[in-house]
Amino acid sequence: MNIIILVKLVPDLVEELTVDASGAALDMSWLRLIINEFDDHAIEQGILLKERGGGQVTVIAPDVEGVDDVLFTAAAKGADRLIKVKGDFSAGVNNHALSRAFATIVKGLQPDLVLTGVQANNDIDGALGPLLAGMLEMPYVGYISGITIDAAKSKVRKEYPGGLIAEMEVNLPAVLGVQAAEQPPRYVAVSKVRQVMKTSTIQEQSAPTLDPSGGPTISRMFQPEAGGRATMLSGSADEISAKLVGIFKELGVL
Amino acid sequence: MTQDIYVVIEHLRGQVAEISYVMLAAARELAKGQKGKVVAILLGKNAQGLAGNLAADRLVSFDHPALADFTSDAYQKVLADLIQKDQPRAVLFGSTSIGTDLASVLSIRLGLPLVSSCRTFSPEGKFVSQICGGKIMAEGDLPMPTALITVVPGGYKAEDGQSTQAPAITQAEVPPLESLRVTLSKYIEPETGDVDIAKESLLVSVGRGIQNQDNISLAEDLAKALGGVVSGSRPVIDQGWLATSRLVGKSGKSVKPKVYLALGISGAPEHVEGITNSDTIIAINTDPAAPIFGVAKYGAEIDLFDLIGVLTEQVKQARGG
Amino acid sequence: MSYDVIKSILVLVALIVAGVIFLRRVYQLLWRNLRRGQPSGAYKHWWERIKGELVYVAGQFRLFRVLIPGTGHFFIFWGFLLLFLTILQAIVGGLLAFINPHFILPWIGTFGPLALLQDIFTVGVIVAVIYALYVRLIVNPKRYLGSHKSQGVMVLTFILTIMLSLLVMNGIRINLGQDPIQAWRPISASVGRIFSGLGAGTQGVIGEIAYWIHLGVVLAFLTELPEGKHFHVVTSIPAVLLRNLEPHGKLPAAPEFNGEAGVNAIERFRWRQMLDFYTCTECGRCQDVCPAYASGLALSPKLLMMNLRDHLKERGAALSASPASQTPPAPPEHPLIGEVISEAVLWACTTCYSCDQECPLFIEHVTPIVDMRRALVIEGRVDAELQDALANLGRYGNSFGQSERMRARWTQPLQPAIKDARKEPVEYLWFVGDYASYSPTLTETTLKTAEVFRKAGLDFGILYDSERNAGNDVRRVGEEGLYDLLVEKNTSAMSKCTYQKIITTDPHSYNTLKNEYPANGNGHHPVLHYTELLDQLITSGQLKFSKKLGLRVTYHDPCYLGRYNGVYDAPRRVIEATGCELVEMPRHGSRAFCCGAGGGRIWMAEGEIKDRPSESRIREAAGLEGVTTFVVACPKDLTMYRDAVKTTGNEQRLVVKDLIELVAAAL
Repeated sequence: MNIIILVKLVPDLVEELTVDASGAALDMSWLRLIINEFDDHAIEQGILLKERGGGQVTVIAPDVEGVDDVLFTAAAKGADRLIKVKGDFSAGVNNHALSRAFATIVKGLQPDLVLTGVQANNDIDGALGPLLAGMLEMPYVGYISGITIDAAKSKVRKEYPGGLIAEMEVNLPAVLGVQAAEQPPRYVAVSKVRQVMKTSTIQEQSAPTLDPSGGPTISRMFQPEAGGRATMLSGSADEISAKLVGIFKELGVL
Repeated sequence: MTQDIYVVIEHLRGQVAEISYVMLAAARELAKGQKGKVVAILLGKNAQGLAGNLAADRLVSFDHPALADFTSDAYQKVLADLIQKDQPRAVLFGSTSIGTDLASVLSIRLGLPLVSSCRTFSPEGKFVSQICGGKIMAEGDLPMPTALITVVPGGYKAEDGQSTQAPAITQAEVPPLESLRVTLSKYIEPETGDVDIAKESLLVSVGRGIQNQDNISLAEDLAKALGGVVSGSRPVIDQGWLATSRLVGKSGKSVKPKVYLALGISGAPEHVEGITNSDTIIAINTDPAAPIFGVAKYGAEIDLFDLIGVLTEQVKQARGG
Repeated sequence: MSYDVIKSILVLVALIVAGVIFLRRVYQLLWRNLRRGQPSGAYKHWWERIKGELVYVAGQFRLFRVLIPGTGHFFIFWGFLLLFLTILQAIVGGLLAFINPHFILPWIGTFGPLALLQDIFTVGVIVAVIYALYVRLIVNPKRYLGSHKSQGVMVLTFILTIMLSLLVMNGIRINLGQDPIQAWRPISASVGRIFSGLGAGTQGVIGEIAYWIHLGVVLAFLTELPEGKHFHVVTSIPAVLLRNLEPHGKLPAAPEFNGEAGVNAIERFRWRQMLDFYTCTECGRCQDVCPAYASGLALSPKLLMMNLRDHLKERGAALSASPASQTPPAPPEHPLIGEVISEAVLWACTTCYSCDQECPLFIEHVTPIVDMRRALVIEGRVDAELQDALANLGRYGNSFGQSERMRARWTQPLQPAIKDARKEPVEYLWFVGDYASYSPTLTETTLKTAEVFRKAGLDFGILYDSERNAGNDVRRVGEEGLYDLLVEKNTSAMSKCTYQKIITTDPHSYNTLKNEYPANGNGHHPVLHYTELLDQLITSGQLKFSKKLGLRVTYHDPCYLGRYNGVYDAPRRVIEATGCELVEMPRHGSRAFCCGAGGGRIWMAEGEIKDRPSESRIREAAGLEGVTTFVVACPKDLTMYRDAVKTTGNEQRLVVKDLIELVAAAL
C-alpha cells in the first residue's frame, strides 16, 4: 500500500495577522508557519493505515520555514519517506500552483492513496486535495473521518452536518480529503524527533516554476471591521454576573 | 457563453440545505450587475419537489438514479458537461462537504478559475472571501470567463434566496454515468443524543477554554440553573468531552436558541456558521480580539472559570433557590 | 552418641542449611539481579556518607519524626545489634557443645557491662515489640494499608520469641550456676527465678528446649530475611551509605537506551534504585504524607516500592531460570508499565518530595516515577490535555498556547519600561515564569512585584520574549527532550546578557535554574527566590517598611522552595517584618501539604479525585482561629488556593495573598 500525504504549512492563527504594505497580501514578517491542522490528521490517518495493513508512507511538503521539523516529526510517527519540494514559496503560493508542483512528483511515485487535509486556513482557490485529484484524474472525496482499505477499493466515512455520515466506496488510486483521523494525532517526544533527525534524510525535489493560474487575483486584503461589536460588560465576576442576570431577566429567561 | 449565474443546489435526504438559499441570494446580487439570470441546478432522482421555494429565474433539473444521493464522481460528470456547454458567468457551490468535492476538481478539469470561501459579492462583480479563520478578508474581481465559486454563509440571509413560487423547470439530458469510481454504500445516522440542541431555547456552549472534561460539569450546573442545555464547539467534541449530538457549527448543528452563551469559544467561522440564527449571543472570553465578540450582542473579557461559579450562584438565587 | 554431640551436629546442619538458603537468596537478589541494573556512577564524599551512617542508621534520626514508633524501632535496632552477640554465643556454643557444653565466648561472654546492657535491651526490645504488635493488630493505622500485615506480625513474634527464649536460657543458666557474670544479668536472673522451684534436671531440659526454640527461630528468621521487607536489615546499611547527596531538586541524568530516555523494563533501573526497592520496610510513612494518596488517587509511594520490589524479584528469577543462550530474553509476562505499575499511578504524582523526605532510609520514590514517565512520553502515552500543554510548550515556550511575543504584555502599564536584560547589563535578571507572565489573574501580582523591586531600588531586567518556560515540570513530566530544548533556548538567551544574579518568583523555575541548569557561558550565577532576596534587603536595611500590617496570617511553604531547597525561614522573616502575626498550620515547614499542581499535574486531567489537596489545605488553614490571610510564595499556589477558597466556600473566611502583596502594602 503506497500512501502519499501532502502537507501545507499555514499561518499560525495564534499570532496577530496583518496586511502588508501592498495592501493585497499578508505581512509575512511576523507570521509563524505551522502544519495545517487537517494535514496533521491526514498524517495520523496514513500512519494508522500503515500500522493496520502495511505499506509505505511518503510525506511531501513545500520548502518553507519550519518544514524540516514537520517532516521529521512525521518520520518519528512512522513515515518512511520525506520529500521537500523546493521552489520560490516566499510570496506565498495558491493551491493551484502548489498542486501543479506536487502533481508531477506524486504521479511519479505511483501511489495507491493520496491523503491530505480537507482544507487549510489560507485556502483562497479551493483545496489542495481535489485540485490535485483533478490533475491526476483520480476520484476525490472530502470530509473523511474514517478509511478502511479492501483490495483495490477504499471504504470511507464522509461527514455531513449534524453528525450524519455517508459510507462510500472509492476506487483506488484516489485522493481523500481528511477532516479528522480515526484517533487524534499522536504525541511524539521531542527526543524521538531529534533522534530521527540523525537517522532520516529529507529528499529534495525541485518544482518547475510555480504557476498560479486558475486562482483569483487578490486586489485587497483587510481585517474585517468589528462591525456590530458586542456591548462589553465590565467589572468583577460578581458585577458581571449581576449584569448578566439582569440581561437574562430582560430576555425572559429568568 | 452567457452572463447567467448558476447555483448548484445542495440537498441531503430530501431536504434543501440552507446554503442553497444563501447562494441564491448571493447569485441574485451578482446577476443584477452581470445582467444575467439566476439559474438553479438541481441534480437528483425525482427531486423536482425540492424546487418549490427556490428563488431562481429558472431551474435545470438532471434526473437520474445515479444522482439520487450525492457522490462526487457522478455529480462532477454532469456538471462538467453542463458548464462546458453553457459557459455561464459564474457557478456557485457551497463551501461544504458537497460543494468542495466538486468545485476544485472541475476547476482543473475544465481549466476554469476558482475562488473559494466567498462571503459577499458586489453587483460590479467583486467578491469578498474570508480566510485565516475569518481574521482576514480578501477582495478581488471575479475572474473570467467562467468563475467557479464556493460560498460560505453569513453574507446573505437565507430568506432572500427563498420564493413563494417555484422557478420554471427544464429537464436536461444526463450524460452517461457508468464506471463511477465513487458509490454510496449507506448512511449512518448520528447518535441520537438525549437532547436535540437545535430545538433548545437556551444553550450554554463551551469551547477550548473549558480545558478539560472535568470542567464540563461547571457548564452543566450553569445550564441546569438557567433551564438550558450544554453544547460545544468542535475541539470539545473531538476530545470526546461532549457527545457529537452537542456539536454546534458547520459540521454539527445549526442552532436557534433565544440565548446562546458562548464560554471560552473563539468564534471561528465554522462555529459561527451554526449560531447566526440565535436571538442573543453572549460571549465570555479572555481574548478581547476573539472573533466571537463580532457576532455577540453582549460580551465580557473575563476568565470563564472566574465567572461561572459566581454566575451559577446568582442565577440560582434569582430563581429563588 | 551423647546429647552434646548430637547437638553440635544438629546445630552445624541447621546452620549450613539456613546459611545456604540465606546466601543463595542474597546472591540472587543482590548479585544477580543488581548486576542486570544500569550503572549508578561513582560515589564520593565518603566522610559525609559515614557521618550519615552515624546519624541516620546508628542514630535512627528520621525515625523519630513519628515519635513513639520511632523510639520503639530505636530499641529494636540497637537491641538487634547488641543481642546479635548472644546469637553468636548460641551458635558457637552449640557448635562446640561436643567439646564443652557450657562454652562461653571469650571476652564478649564475660564482659559484665555488656551483659547488663544486653539484659536491659532485651526488655526494651520486648516492650517495643509488644507495642508494635499492639499497633499492628489493634490500632492498625492507615499508613499500614497495603503493607503485609501477616509478615510483620510473624517477624515481631519471631523477635519476641527470640527475646523470651533468651531470657529463659539465661535465667536457667544462672540458676544452674553456669553463668560467671550472673550479677550483671538481673533481668535474666528474675526470669530464672520463675523456674527456680524446679529440679536441676528439669531446668536443664527446659533450658535446652529454650535453646532449640531460640536457635530455630533465629535461623528461620535468617532464611526469611531476604524475602520481604525485612531485607532492609541487610540493605539499609549500604542504602544509607550510598544515598544520593546531590541537591534534592536535581534529577539525575536520564540513562538512554538507543537514544531514548525512560525506564519501561525493570532492568533499565540503575542498580542503586533496585537497592531502594529491597530496602522499603513498608512502614507507610511516605503514604501518610503523599498528597496524591490523600486525594484518593491510585498512587501510594509505599505500594510503588513494594510492587517494584516484587516485580524485580519475579523478573530476576525468571531471567536467571531462562537459558543464557536466549538473547534477547523473552519479555516479562507482566510489562512493568501498565500492569505492574499502572499509568494512573505514574501520572498521579505531584513530585512534592514529601515521600523522599519522610523515608527513614532515604528511598527515592520520585526519581523512578519520573524515569517511568519518560518511557510513557517516548511511547506517546500521554493524555490529550498533557499533549496539548507539551505541544504548546514546544511551539510557544509556554503552556498557555499563547505566542511568545505576548510574554511581556503584562509590562505594558509600566512607565518607564522594565529594562531589557538582552540589551543592557543589569544586576538582577528577573526570570518571570509562565504563570506570572501569561495568566490574566496573576498580572496584578506580577506588576506589584515589579513595583516592589523598583521601590527597593533594585537594578533589574527581564528577558522579554526570549524567555521560555524554565522546564522544571516539563522534566518531571518525563519530556526530557523538550526540557533540553527549553534549556538550550533559555541559556542561549541568558548567556548573551550581563547580570550578577537571577531572581524569580516561581519556586519551580527557581529549582531547575539553581540545581539543574548548566553553568552558562559566563559562569554559574546565584539564583534567588524573591523571598530570599527580600529577606536580604530587609536585613541590610535597603528595604524599609513604613507600616505594620497587623494581620493574622498563615504561610504555605511551596514544595520547590521548602522541601526541595530548604528555604523556610526567609519568607517567615519577611512576613514578620511586615508586621503580621504568623500562625502555623499543623502541616508546615518540611511537612507542608502540596497544592496538587506540581509534577505537571496542572496540565493534566484531574482524574478520579475524592478530596482535592488544595481544598484540604484551605480547610486546614480555615481551622486556625483568627487567621484571615493565607500567604503563598508561588504563582501556581496562588491560582490553586484562590480556586480552592471559592470551591470550599471559604470566601468570607480567608483571602489568599502572595507575600509580595503584604510587602507592597507595608512599604
